[in-house]
Amino acid sequence: MMEGISLRRMQVNQTGTVVSVRARGELGRRIRDMGLVPGKDIRIQGRAPLKDPVSLRIMGGTLTLRNNEADYIFVEVH
Amino acid sequence: MAITIALAGNPNSGKTTLFNALTGARQHVGNYPGVTVEKKQGTCTAENQIFDIVDLPGTYSLSAYSMEEVVARDFIVNEKPAMIVNIVDGSNLERNLYLTLQFMEMGANVCIALNMMDVAGKRGVTIDVEKLSLLLGLPVVPMVARTGKGRAQLLKTVADHVVSRPAPLKISYGRDIDDTLDEMEERIRSDQFLTDPYPSRWVALKYLENDAQILEAGKAHLAGTHEWLSAKALKLSHHLETTLDTHPEGMIADQRYGFITSILKQGVISHTLDPNRLAWSDKIDKILTHRFLGPLIMIGVLMGLYQFTFAYSEVPVGWCENFFTWLGDRTDTLFADGLFKSLVISGIIDGVGGVLGFVPLILFMFLGISFLEDSGYLARMAFMLDRVFRMFGLHGASVMAFIVSGGIAGGCAVPGVMATRTLKSPKERLATLLTVPFMNCGAKLPVYALLVAAFFTDYRAQVMLIITLISWVGALLVAKLLRSTVIKGPATPFVMELPPYRLPTFKGLAIHTWERTWQYIRKAGTVILGISIVLWAMMTFPQLDTRTVSNENTVGMHTPGAETMDPGAAALRHSIAGRMGMAMESVTRYAGFDWQTNIALLGGFAAKEVVVSTLGTAYSLGEVDPEDSMSLAQRLKTAEGWGPVTAFSLILFTIFYSPCFVAVVCIARESGSWKWGMFSMAFNTLLALSLSIVFYQTATWMMS
Repeated sequence: MMEGISLRRMQVNQTGTVVSVRARGELGRRIRDMGLVPGKDIRIQGRAPLKDPVSLRIMGGTLTLRNNEADYIFVEVH
Repeated sequence: MAITIALAGNPNSGKTTLFNALTGARQHVGNYPGVTVEKKQGTCTAENQIFDIVDLPGTYSLSAYSMEEVVARDFIVNEKPAMIVNIVDGSNLERNLYLTLQFMEMGANVCIALNMMDVAGKRGVTIDVEKLSLLLGLPVVPMVARTGKGRAQLLKTVADHVVSRPAPLKISYGRDIDDTLDEMEERIRSDQFLTDPYPSRWVALKYLENDAQILEAGKAHLAGTHEWLSAKALKLSHHLETTLDTHPEGMIADQRYGFITSILKQGVISHTLDPNRLAWSDKIDKILTHRFLGPLIMIGVLMGLYQFTFAYSEVPVGWCENFFTWLGDRTDTLFADGLFKSLVISGIIDGVGGVLGFVPLILFMFLGISFLEDSGYLARMAFMLDRVFRMFGLHGASVMAFIVSGGIAGGCAVPGVMATRTLKSPKERLATLLTVPFMNCGAKLPVYALLVAAFFTDYRAQVMLIITLISWVGALLVAKLLRSTVIKGPATPFVMELPPYRLPTFKGLAIHTWERTWQYIRKAGTVILGISIVLWAMMTFPQLDTRTVSNENTVGMHTPGAETMDPGAAALRHSIAGRMGMAMESVTRYAGFDWQTNIALLGGFAAKEVVVSTLGTAYSLGEVDPEDSMSLAQRLKTAEGWGPVTAFSLILFTIFYSPCFVAVVCIARESGSWKWGMFSMAFNTLLALSLSIVFYQTATWMMS
């Protein structure tokens, strides 16, 4: 199984494919509800002025999440 | 008989626009029973049928984690609407269908209103509507809710399909889960476990998803079956963890998306452009959320919102005030002097005037905020400020409420408290609405002006700056304190959508603004009028008769200042409020406040600027105009016990003590419980008193 790197470590404009979401409970549910599930392609769109949260493109929409939430998402960078 | 139709969909999918297009002005707003989630209802006639349309809260999913989602699914299960019109954003089809699947799994009769076909077209997305309808097995109507295109077709489709009763959708979640689901479903059926009102497979699915609401209901229904199901779910969970390094909840979500992808891949959707390419909305974001430009523009927008709310509402507020002054004057000439006249003028007219005086403010505030919200900018503000506000247990979107309340001195906590509605995270929202009253609203300014003019004449600007800083720092620290004690709990996940920028429609803004303003007038208005009469009575009763006055003036000399007391001040001292003020002096003297100040602060509970006028009465100057308090400033300068230390102690107290009762009523309404209204009165006052005492004692000790 591919490990990938955590989403927090991705650079702006980098693209990748989600390989796993390690969060459970409410956070895990929220992340998945917004479409961040294995197999989906993402592109890091930008970061807030204080470097946190991060915004990313997925399935034609834009999502934001905090860095400590991005830690649970692993991505294989293209 | 009206047929009940539920309108459901993701936030930002155009649901409200569609609701407005369907019902026009025939709608009303209320709350779902027991919660603060807004419930909008309206009627619509088409195809010779009357439809009662209920707007369910906008959600991405149907989990038990948020109040909105629980409300939406409870409505579907308990009220059994004949049909769910599921509005789906055609330009973001994949994610929107995730909610659709969950409705279908519940066995609901769903019709898809495929919205934003124009946006989808511009993005190079072509959708084969017929194929989508065929593969999902439900009617799909393409439309553009903003222009009303497709409305007639939608209504016709709804009318044609209201009688359908589809079987709950069965998705394959992979061998392991499917086998367990089958077993669980069998047991659920034979035990009739929660099958009224839930579909059996759905109950099984919720046990695998560890759904708090269903687990609780199950435990109460049949404990034995509940244990059995929980054990099954746990066993599967262990199995998945050891073999696949995953868990049922994650796997179920993944498979739902897999199901959607498999449908869309059968030629339903085709892209002529890269779906993740930069749309014009993303180009705007490059500037509006830029590292340096972003915050600068945001400050500009906040100042603009502030200007818009308070500068432009000044004229209608003036009309309101003039009207009530005129009404008061008319009443004054109409009735003879006495209690009745005093009740009508000071109790009722001032009370109603007080309620309606806020209306222009609330109207403008909601117009401004609705614009920012509907345009998509509010989400960007939350994005940029989240890092700062999160440190204090708040949310990036809390900033609006703070600014409107007087984060820029001169706001008002009443629209500020109401502005917290844009916050979707319950704990962060509660902490915000309990701390916004610490900001310096317009009514506190005359109090500061009086004290600064009397004791800090040469340091006006500096003191005002210090006051602003103290209130911000205080509010944020108290928010942190509340979030680590009474509103404890981890931060609500921030995972949030940045919707594409859109130009709000005028109709949408107008409806939104009006219904909220009307709600304030109707709900808060009555309570506020009642409290205003109670306060009037406290300041008036028991009354002095002339004999007592002469007695007090000749014999009762125990209180300082009594020898110079005029009848107005004596009457005030004799009233309930006066007695309370006197009784409290034993405590408040440690903060440097005499009984006159106490009465003034009690009066400030009606509205903060009343502190000035009441202080005038208590110091025997008669009514003092809060806008022009020079005579009072002179009087205080020479009064015994007054000095810069007392003045600053009073400033501190004014920043932090109980919000005025209009704000308290709003806090109670917005938090959904009087408990929080009472909490803000008691907690804030105790906090203010402690701060003032610590300051006063330290300062006097250091100066001695």
